[in-house]
This record gives sequence, C-alpha cells and structure tokens, in this order.
Amino acid sequence: MGDVDPFVINLTIFVLAIFVGYHVVWNVTPALHTPLMSVTNAISGIIIVGAMLQVVDIEGQTITLTSVLGALGVLLASINIFGGFLVTQRMLEMFRKKEKKS
Amino acid sequence: MANATALAYLVSAVLFILALKGLSSPVSARQGNVYGMIGMAIAIVTTLIVANKPILGLIAGGIIVGGAIGATLAKRVQMTQMPELVAAMHSLVGLVAVLIAVAAIFHTGDHHTGIQRIELFIGAFIGAITFTASVVAYGKLSGKFGSKPLVFKGQHLLNLLLALAMLGFGIAYFMTESTTAFLMMAAIALVLGVLLITPIGGADMPVVVSMLNSYSGWAAAGIGFTLNNSVLIIAGACVGSSGAILSYIMCKAMNRSIINVLLGGFGAEAAAGPAASGAQKNYRSGSPEDAMFLMGNAESVVIVPGYGLAVARAQHALQEMAHLLHEKGVKVRYAIHPVAGRMPGHMNVLLAEAEVPYDQVLEMEEINNDFSNTDVVLVIGANDVVNPAAKSDPASPIFGMPILEAHKAKTILVVKRSMAAGYAGLDNELFYMDKSMMVFGDAKKVVEEMIKAA
Repeated sequence: MGDVDPFVINLTIFVLAIFVGYHVVWNVTPALHTPLMSVTNAISGIIIVGAMLQVVDIEGQTITLTSVLGALGVLLASINIFGGFLVTQRMLEMFRKKEKKS
Repeated sequence: MANATALAYLVSAVLFILALKGLSSPVSARQGNVYGMIGMAIAIVTTLIVANKPILGLIAGGIIVGGAIGATLAKRVQMTQMPELVAAMHSLVGLVAVLIAVAAIFHTGDHHTGIQRIELFIGAFIGAITFTASVVAYGKLSGKFGSKPLVFKGQHLLNLLLALAMLGFGIAYFMTESTTAFLMMAAIALVLGVLLITPIGGADMPVVVSMLNSYSGWAAAGIGFTLNNSVLIIAGACVGSSGAILSYIMCKAMNRSIINVLLGGFGAEAAAGPAASGAQKNYRSGSPEDAMFLMGNAESVVIVPGYGLAVARAQHALQEMAHLLHEKGVKVRYAIHPVAGRMPGHMNVLLAEAEVPYDQVLEMEEINNDFSNTDVVLVIGANDVVNPAAKSDPASPIFGMPILEAHKAKTILVVKRSMAAGYAGLDNELFYMDKSMMVFGDAKKVVEEMIKAA
C-alpha cells in the first residue's frame, strides 16, 4: 500500500470507524441514551487536538490571528470535554442500584 | 516519532470506543466513562509533545478556563435542562471546527492542495451549520426563543438559494484559494444553520438534538481529514454514527421521516384531523384521594410519565408515591415511550435522579404487552404517546406512531392540568373511555395529595 494518498487511507479509517460506531451504538441500552449524548459530546471535544495544533509559533510570532483563534478553540473544546465527561459521570451515578430502604 | 504519535492516537480511539461500548448497561457504563477520560488525556498529551513549537501558556490557559467552566456546568445543571446543555455543547464543537478551519486558512506560509481545500470547506460548512443550528436549538429548548415553529412563505426556496450560493463560494475558494470566498461561504453556512432550525417546533426537538449530535461528529471528522489526524476521524465518525442512529430511533418512534421533521412538518401545519372540537364529550374526573384508593387496591400499576412531569418537577414526589404503593404490596413499573421528554433517554435520567430503580423502568417494547394485565395505569404529564387514535384512526395526524397501549389496562388515571389539547393539538380518546378518570391539577401538587391520602 505504498504511495497511497493520505486521503485514501483516511477514508478507509473513516468508513471502518462508521461501521464500528454503528454497531457499538446500537447496543447502547435506551435508558442510557442521554448519557450517550453527553459522552459523545465529550468525545467530540477531541477537536481540541486540531485547535492545539494552531496555537503555535509562526515565524517567531506567538500572538497571531491563527494562534488566538486556536486558543479560543482550545478553551471551547475544554468546556465540552470537562463538562461532557463530568455530567455523564454524574448521570451514571444516578443509575447505581440503591440498597432497598426497608 | 510520527509512528509513536499515531499509535498513541490509536490507543485514544480504542478507549473512546470502549467508552461507548460501556453504555450497553448501567453496570459497565461508569467504567466506560473513565476509559473515555483517559483516552482524551492521552490524545491531549500526545499532541502537546508533537506540536511544532506550541505556545504552552495559551494552551494551558484555554484548558484551565474552559475546564473550569465545563466542570461548573456539569455540577450545576438540572436534569430537566440536559437537552439545552447538550445543544449548547454541540454548538461549541461546531464553532471550534469553524475556528480551526479559519485559523488554518490564515496560517501564513501554508498552502493547501485541492483535496485539502475540499476538506477545509466541508469541515467549515458543517461546523458553521452545526454551530448556529445548535444555538437556535438551545434557545428553543431553554425557552429563551419561542418554541413555536417560525414558518414563512418561500423559506424552502430561500434555503435552497443560500445552499447554492454557499456551494458557489466554496467552488470559488477551491479554484482560487481566496480567503474572502471562504469566509463568505462560512457566513452563509451560519445563516443556513439558523434557518434550518427555526421552523421546527418544540416537541420535535429530540430529533433535532440527535441530528446536531451527529453533525458535530462529522464536523470533527472533517477537521480530522484536514489535519490528517486519525483520532479525530475515528472519534468524529463514531459520534456521527451515534447521533444518526439516535435520530433514526426518534423518527421511527414518532413515525415521521427525518425530511418531514426538518421541513417543519408537525407544528407548522394546521392540525388536520379531529382537533379538540366543540362536541361535548363526557369524561369522569376524580380527586387525588380517589386515585390513590384505586392504585392502593390494585395488584399492578404502570406509570406513564411524560414531559409534563419534568416541567412540574414532580419526579421525586412521584417516586415517593410509588414507594408507598410498593409498601402496600402493589407492583409498580414505569413505561417510557421513546420520545417522551425532549431528548432520547430524558425520562430515564429524570427518573434515575428521583432514585427510581432502573429495573422498574421499562421501554415501550418491553411493556406494551403487559398493559392488558395491568390493573391501573397512571398517565402523568404524557398525552399523545397514549392516544389510541394512532392505532385506530387513519385520519389522525399521529396515525401510525407507535404508542404505549395504556388504553388496554383495566383502569386509567390521567393527571393533567386541564382538558386542553397536547402538543399535537389533538383530542385524546383515552380521556373519554368509561374506564378512565381524569385527575386535574398541577402534577406535583396532585402527587403530593396522593401521598397524603395513602
């Protein structure tokens, strides 16, 4: 598979990931659909990686349009990451089986 | 180094998939969530290591401030507000996708190939639409904008023209790498996002929120293509599929196609069909004490909660009442319709918050056959999901929608504020059946009266 365009490799990964996602999510119990939405929100915070890669030195400059937009992106993505995982955790704790109160 | 990075990202991706897999049951879910957190941490640290001269101060600042805001929201949000929180979070993903695309365009010294330009275009326009559409969804769900659908003549034509204009600018950007064309395309996408959601009414929001959940995933995947980053692509694809599946489930549960929902089907039409008409029909009504008496003497009770319960904040009182029934030896279960609430699984979370044991909470498919064996059904805050017209009346707008077959139970109690029609603007035959009894009042007050009467 030498000389394959990165786009094609990415496309391969993308298509396979869709299949994996499809099968995994169909097995999520309906009772947990709301935590599913909040955890997928947290996971889509992975876009922070893209933002971080823009917050870089460009030809010696640190404060550029690119780096500032990137930093803002990091901030917003962090809200999703922390907010998403923590609210999911909070909800999942509610589904803990309680001891029967007698 | 590049190989190590790719492997680290692969580990992150696998952990994300395990996080989703964990949600197959409440028992494995908490562990799964932790895997997700670890996966994210690995991805962030890896990126910091491989970035070319990252400005650590700005990055750390962003993470700390954003993290603090996120943590506070997670702690403070009420479960009844989850739909709007989720919508707000989708908007952030969309916005970040746009910011990254714009930042990349203005990254002086970077030239983009044809394919890269297509990828940037896709990432930016999906991100932009997701952003504004989610903001509008947030507004409608939180009540800040009206939840009534805003329909105007020619809006579909307008949307089409805008979509074409956006495509046009996209092509211009593709051919000339003009930043102006790119920005124009993004601006139009922002407007389209607003126009797509404003015609949609409040109770169709479960579909909309699921759809935007999906889009936020595709936006992330799009950026992943641009940055040649596998974990973005994989995570984005999983989130995209997840949202798409939820949208499909919601549409099936309402028996409407996604096109129908997006084009503002329900709330916009004048209710064609037997609307709450003038003909006086007889119904029985009773007091909370009467209701409690009936339930206390029953062997089995099924509670059908709806969004009205959430709005009245009555779920804790309801569980207290259910517990009292349980102590009298009554078998109590809850029946959840897939679109009850304002987002998938919303009622389940509200009940879990009220400490209802999750094995008492059953989905429609699991419990529908049991209604004929049930002594008493208590419908509280729900309406259209128990309307028998969906099965029996082909002229009804809700015909064909799967419903909870509460009408088959021996006695039916309906808690409502008044005889006013529900969201679909329809009268509900269930109320007029001989075996039904209406209990009028605010859900919370009614349940509290029931508790006193126990």
